[in-house]
Amino acid sequence: MGALGFILNAEEGERSWRLAEYVKRGGYSALKKIIDENIPPENIVAELKKSSLRGRGGAGFPTGLKWSFMPRQFPGAKYVVCNSDEGEPGTFKDRDILRWNPHMVIEGMIIAGYAMGCARGYNYIHGEIWEIYKRFEEALEEARAAKLLGPNILGSDFSFELQAHHGYGAYICGEETALLESIEGKKGQPRFKPPFPASFGLYGKPTTINNTETFASIPYIIREGGQKFLELGRPNNGGTKLFSVSGHVNNPGNFEVPLGTPFKKLLEMAGGVRNGHKLKAVIPGGSSMPVLPGEIMMETDMDYDSIQKAGSYLGSGAVIVMDETTCMVRALERLSYFYFEESCGQCTPCREGTGWLYRVVHRIEKGEGRQEDLDLLLSVCENIAGRTICALGDAAAWPVQGMLKHYRSEFEYHIEHKRCLV
Amino acid sequence: MAKIEIDGKQVEIENGRTVIEAAHLAGIYIPHFCYHKKLSIAANCRMCLVQVEKAPKPLPACATPVTDGMKVFTASEQAVKAQKGVMEFLLINHPLDCPVCDKGGECELQDLAVGYGSSASRYQEEKRMVVPKEVGPLISTKEMSRCINCTRCVRFGQEIGGIMELGQAFRGEHAEIMSFVSNSVDSELSGNMIDLCPVGALTSKPFRFTARAWELSHRRSVSPHDSLGSNLTVQVKNNRVMRVLPAENEEINECWLSDKDRFSYEGLNSGERLTKPMIKQNGAWQEVEWQAALEYAAKGLRQIADGAGAEHIGALATPHSTLEELYLLQKLVRSVGSDNVDFRLRQSDFSADGKQAGAPWLGMPIAEINTRDRILLVGSFLRKDHPLLAHRARDAVKKGAQASIVHSADDDLLMNVANKAIVAPDAMANVLAQILKALAAEKQAVVEASVQSAEVGSAAAAIAKSLASGERVAVLLGNFAQQHPQAAQLQVLGQQIAALCGGKFGFLGEAANSVGGHLAKALPRANGMNAAAMLAAPRKAYILLNVEAELDTHNPQQALVAMKAADLVVALSAYKHQATDYADVLLPIAPFSETSGTFVNTEGRVQSFKGAIKPLGEARPGWKVLRVLGNLLNETGFEYDTSEAVRDEALSGVDVAAQLNNAVQGVALETAGAGSGSLQRVSDVPIYSADAIVRRAASLQNTRDAEAPCALMHGAELSRLGVHAGEQVKVSQGEGSAILVAAADDRLPQGVVRVAAGHAATAGLGAMFGAVTVEPITGGRA
Repeated sequence: MGALGFILNAEEGERSWRLAEYVKRGGYSALKKIIDENIPPENIVAELKKSSLRGRGGAGFPTGLKWSFMPRQFPGAKYVVCNSDEGEPGTFKDRDILRWNPHMVIEGMIIAGYAMGCARGYNYIHGEIWEIYKRFEEALEEARAAKLLGPNILGSDFSFELQAHHGYGAYICGEETALLESIEGKKGQPRFKPPFPASFGLYGKPTTINNTETFASIPYIIREGGQKFLELGRPNNGGTKLFSVSGHVNNPGNFEVPLGTPFKKLLEMAGGVRNGHKLKAVIPGGSSMPVLPGEIMMETDMDYDSIQKAGSYLGSGAVIVMDETTCMVRALERLSYFYFEESCGQCTPCREGTGWLYRVVHRIEKGEGRQEDLDLLLSVCENIAGRTICALGDAAAWPVQGMLKHYRSEFEYHIEHKRCLV
Repeated sequence: MAKIEIDGKQVEIENGRTVIEAAHLAGIYIPHFCYHKKLSIAANCRMCLVQVEKAPKPLPACATPVTDGMKVFTASEQAVKAQKGVMEFLLINHPLDCPVCDKGGECELQDLAVGYGSSASRYQEEKRMVVPKEVGPLISTKEMSRCINCTRCVRFGQEIGGIMELGQAFRGEHAEIMSFVSNSVDSELSGNMIDLCPVGALTSKPFRFTARAWELSHRRSVSPHDSLGSNLTVQVKNNRVMRVLPAENEEINECWLSDKDRFSYEGLNSGERLTKPMIKQNGAWQEVEWQAALEYAAKGLRQIADGAGAEHIGALATPHSTLEELYLLQKLVRSVGSDNVDFRLRQSDFSADGKQAGAPWLGMPIAEINTRDRILLVGSFLRKDHPLLAHRARDAVKKGAQASIVHSADDDLLMNVANKAIVAPDAMANVLAQILKALAAEKQAVVEASVQSAEVGSAAAAIAKSLASGERVAVLLGNFAQQHPQAAQLQVLGQQIAALCGGKFGFLGEAANSVGGHLAKALPRANGMNAAAMLAAPRKAYILLNVEAELDTHNPQQALVAMKAADLVVALSAYKHQATDYADVLLPIAPFSETSGTFVNTEGRVQSFKGAIKPLGEARPGWKVLRVLGNLLNETGFEYDTSEAVRDEALSGVDVAAQLNNAVQGVALETAGAGSGSLQRVSDVPIYSADAIVRRAASLQNTRDAEAPCALMHGAELSRLGVHAGEQVKVSQGEGSAILVAAADDRLPQGVVRVAAGHAATAGLGAMFGAVTVEPITGGRA
């Protein structure tokens, strides 16, 4: 696994997840600096804005701006929530952050609490990674014992409590408002927005939710300055980013590279396409993002703006590589099944539409497709996307639209010959 | 205020309201399913998607707040495309079995599918189906495959019913509305979920497949059950009531109905209906012509009046009778020279009679309950006695009100109750005295010596503290308090508590016409006998109006003795009932659905209604029967052509609002004891036993609320008696007894046994309150 950046550098040390090891790497110095220098919260938010840090969970929303939405002066409870419920097929970065560097996330969350006037935080950890949940709990204990967490942190009058919360594996709980419902003990179903969590979040209180990797980036920004973080990447795309490279590569895994690194280089780091095969297609940002043909990707850099220009999104940074042996109908069938299975069932277009999409694609894959199915699929996608309470509807539609945009002929072949092109 | 434009129309509406509300104001209809004005916003059906200027995507009108200058297009190309897209999704898994669907003709999905659906489906795959579940005798979920998951029923339970009995289980396409682990739906407001269901997924079990919506004539009426006076739409086919739905009245029942109001109509079509006049001759009942029956009755009454004296005639009516019936009954009795007339059949303390400033009533409009910030409930089985008033109280509590109760039972009111004093009946007055004393201390007021002697306990202190901090207090006396042997004491104490808080004091009227009975003067004046007196000192003749003596009275034992000893019992009734044992003449009268009449509800609202159908068989409206009886007795003043004429006479010169007055003067407060310690009876009248109609409503009788009465006791009381829950016990009172199953309820105070009244199984017992003995029956495990 490559470690060009600062987040995954930890894995190189022995028992790197321990507090002592983290401190050796400069850990908690950002928090100490804030406490010692009594840095005003506004300055922290300003530093974040300078860094151009964008949310690492998938939407890429500027973190500094998000933090500035929090009504700092609002009396009563306010919450910081970390979204470690990574369930998007292809994404496996947050678990490695928590596995090797849990204290970096804890430090980031404490700083967030300080900056936004929150006294309590929760880390919602995905339901299928128990050992990582356990490790995070141990890290919390260490931090509490070292007075880095809890009442009067480092002797100051700032107090912050942090708890881990274990999910149960539903993909939808990674949607931030469904995640809040789940913490509250309810069925994980997204809320309609507005109101947004910044005004009506956990238990109805102002809440900021960020991804694990986002929080993990905070200490560096405070320690080294927003400008330095920005310079790691590109304008408007500050910092390094973890890419989870999977699929038909020789060396799959997480790679932390500066934003703006060419895809070509990332593919090299992952050992190139397996067995010397030709690259066919790449889903650059997690399974919900539109697929792009290999030749386009080979010309594209890995940052938010470049990938959007190429016709997809950076998303969570899950890069799924497909070689020439891949049947795109089969690939789409698997993706559509996932969104059908994971729809929460709350709102009509997604509840009804995801099943429709899956069944039609499944029929085509079985050799029972009709040519008119392809336009039907696009029309159903159009009726789902943008009509739902949360983004799962879009997530179900985009892969279909992406596949049919670039590989329609392969689908037509499949329908006509009742078998794969490849 | 925000000024917005919808389809070119300007609308001004408060900030914070939604686009769909603004459209409603402008008279523009936006299609919707999950949205309901009385429920929280779910925004899940997506049918109300509209185009909003500058918004990139269509937005749900139900959940989008208005902003000043907003421009909305509800029927633009973008909006209609979105709406049609949603409709297509809703229909792909819907069975489209409209021809055999009970909802057909009044289905929101069907109606909107006409405008937004296509004539053929593009969906060629397999449809989802849902395995039906059993949820009880009122609601059928047999066709749950029709569900569009709008969750209105779920939100109703959470937000209005106070208990979430239906929920959405599973995810995605497998999402399904069901009860929790095959529980039944037992809420007393459950039928509203049938109304709310926009498709035929929840249907009415009693009504299913008996008529199509378009075959039914709709007639407005008023509920004859509890004192709310819910407005009804009685739906009729072939001169038969097929079902009852709510008629919306925001100030009374809003758009809801209790299950009692909704499903009791089955009792109207009961096989026990009395359809021919009957006379008992030589111990055998004979059907006779009206003329013969009426002449027989008139002759008998005249003979007793002329012989033993008119004071030997007594008239008893239920408070479910109409104003016109009650007025003519008292007029008839008084014209023959008796003053013995009463409708307060379950009352036992009449010491406030003659000292009452007016008719006891709620003390405020019904809708004001929702605005109270402190509510003290004294002696009330609120949920079962007044289901929709309980909903209003719940609403007040949800908005921050503190509710406190003083009662002899602690049934779940499905709301937060801040303070409770649960004591035996004979300690209730003492608790109120404690509260009054503590409150007076808070308010630095002086109280009488009898109150001063009470020792304030912690529960009373907490209640007083809560009341003292309130700005809009209500002290409400329920049915139990009104039936209590110290009702007048409770009234005076309650009134003084309310006065000290500057709050409202009121009675939760027992029945549909509890206020109307007072206005009709159907109660004794100075020298007449009240209901209890008439039964304690048996009369030679009784006229019974809608009364089932063993079920509708405070002391059924005593009532039956009196009836059996009488020379003449003239029973005006819609049903053949136990009166066949003791009556001499049975006159079939029409229930509320077959007569015009008037009920005056607990807030003093006079509501007249017309008959929905013609009387069954030879039954006749009660007012007509009483009119003819008056004529046959050769009394003057019985020449009425219409019930309206009777009503107008009854209310002529009566300023109803001025008549409503809860003040009582001249009732001396006694020093209330802290309780005797001997075993006492606590009685409730179960919700589906409260009147003759509902007792015969077959489906309601299959609900959990209609289960056979038990002898409920605190666990400690059971062990003291050496009885285990589930074993049979003999409950005795006076001469009579009942064999009941013992059951534990640790929320009851010790020293009481709770035995329901108004039920055949307990009709052998005596008064609803007072000493009672319970003995184990050896080897009597049920």
